[in-house]
Amino acid sequence: MKISVDQTKCCGSGMCVLTDPDLFDQSEDDGTVVLLQENPDAEHEAGAKEAAGLCPAGAITIS
Amino acid sequence: MTELISEKLPTTRQTPFDPPAEVTAIREQARVSRLKFSDGHLGWLVTGHHQVREILGSPKFSNRPENHHLLDVRFQGDLPEEKDKRKVEPGMFLSQDPPDHTRLRKMLQGQFTVRRMNQLSEWIGQIVDDQLAHLRTFDGRADLVKEFAMPVPSLVICALLGVGYEEKSRFQDDTAKLLSLDSTFKEAMEAFQRIQEFMRELVARKKENPGDDMISDLIATGEPTDEEASNMAMLLLIAGHETTANMLGLGTFTLLQHPDQLKILKDEPGVVDNAVEELMRYLSIIHFGPVRTALEDVEIEGHLIRAGDTVVMHVPTANRDPEKFPGNPEELDLRRPASGHVAFGHGIHQCLGQQLARIEMRIGFAKLFQEFPDLRLDVEPEEVPLRTDMGIYGVHSLPVAWSS
Repeated sequence: MKISVDQTKCCGSGMCVLTDPDLFDQSEDDGTVVLLQENPDAEHEAGAKEAAGLCPAGAITIS
Repeated sequence: MTELISEKLPTTRQTPFDPPAEVTAIREQARVSRLKFSDGHLGWLVTGHHQVREILGSPKFSNRPENHHLLDVRFQGDLPEEKDKRKVEPGMFLSQDPPDHTRLRKMLQGQFTVRRMNQLSEWIGQIVDDQLAHLRTFDGRADLVKEFAMPVPSLVICALLGVGYEEKSRFQDDTAKLLSLDSTFKEAMEAFQRIQEFMRELVARKKENPGDDMISDLIATGEPTDEEASNMAMLLLIAGHETTANMLGLGTFTLLQHPDQLKILKDEPGVVDNAVEELMRYLSIIHFGPVRTALEDVEIEGHLIRAGDTVVMHVPTANRDPEKFPGNPEELDLRRPASGHVAFGHGIHQCLGQQLARIEMRIGFAKLFQEFPDLRLDVEPEEVPLRTDMGIYGVHSLPVAWSS
């Protein structure tokens, strides 16, 4: 699994960090998404999928 | 295809906690249906969870008020003139589209991150403790809204913005007038202008004497104009105290009326995070919207929404859509996986302060029932005054009692 994030779409809702703080963080500067793990291990795959589904701005994609 | 047409948005509730049965019946027939507006426009009513998310997440829909046909739930007999309706105040990012919205919201996003909000937990806990101690000074009975639900978020947002809580007379009554469905357009505008004036003064004061607060930080970026900064601050002030206050008030009423669920919250403290999500899903206090207008033709669920058509999203029914929340979505179930609700909206306008609101609610509900485990309603449930007359639903007051 590979996670991609698009900071230009991100609206800083924080839903990804709320869902899995091991995978995502937010920039102190403008609150946009910071990806911590591009290739999540098995135990974080569900969190990655959930975060992508919850993201209000469609800024997270899973491939 | 024969389309379901509603002459008017049904707003009459049969119970305090459920959306109008007529809207639920509409969803059961068609998640996307037609709705007539007071100016004769034939727009749309969207009641399905998936469809609400799709529209709110789409760049093909605008939130600029000049694009919207006006929903006839307010300003009866006193409609704004076209020129007034068109005016978008600088800095009011909620009423703007990209790229203006993006530029303004970005200036604030860094202040509302999950990490920053988590760092406030202890401080918010202290505010809640102080307010509960205040509640206890009332001899076994009080109005929970006045003494707890309203002050907690007000104190929090005032301190974050650097507004003196003792100055609340400058904005609290006017905020209520602004949000009341019974206000005429003129009354609402006058209230708006008075709050705006207060915020202009505040921004001028912060420029002179910066403090350790969000408005000073916003000004220090050098990005917004003074007018933008004061309107942005106003938006945060209004959004920050009315919404959370109503969730705390109505949420407490709901829990008191669902003793089996309240018992779960008391017995299993770990359930509180999900309980907050479920209460938000179940209550959906933004009960007439949000509204969007199509910028181009869009097909949703086999319906062609044409450019210029205004669409009303019905959050309370969308949040009870069995396609998204299978089982018994009409029931309050604090253990249900409730994430994915649209009570904070969806898309680029999704609530900026949601992580703050979550922490206030988690701490607020948990501590309230720890400190007052035998809290009970002090009137008959049907006597609780409901905010059916307000843009944000809730209770006007909640008389409660406890054994001292």
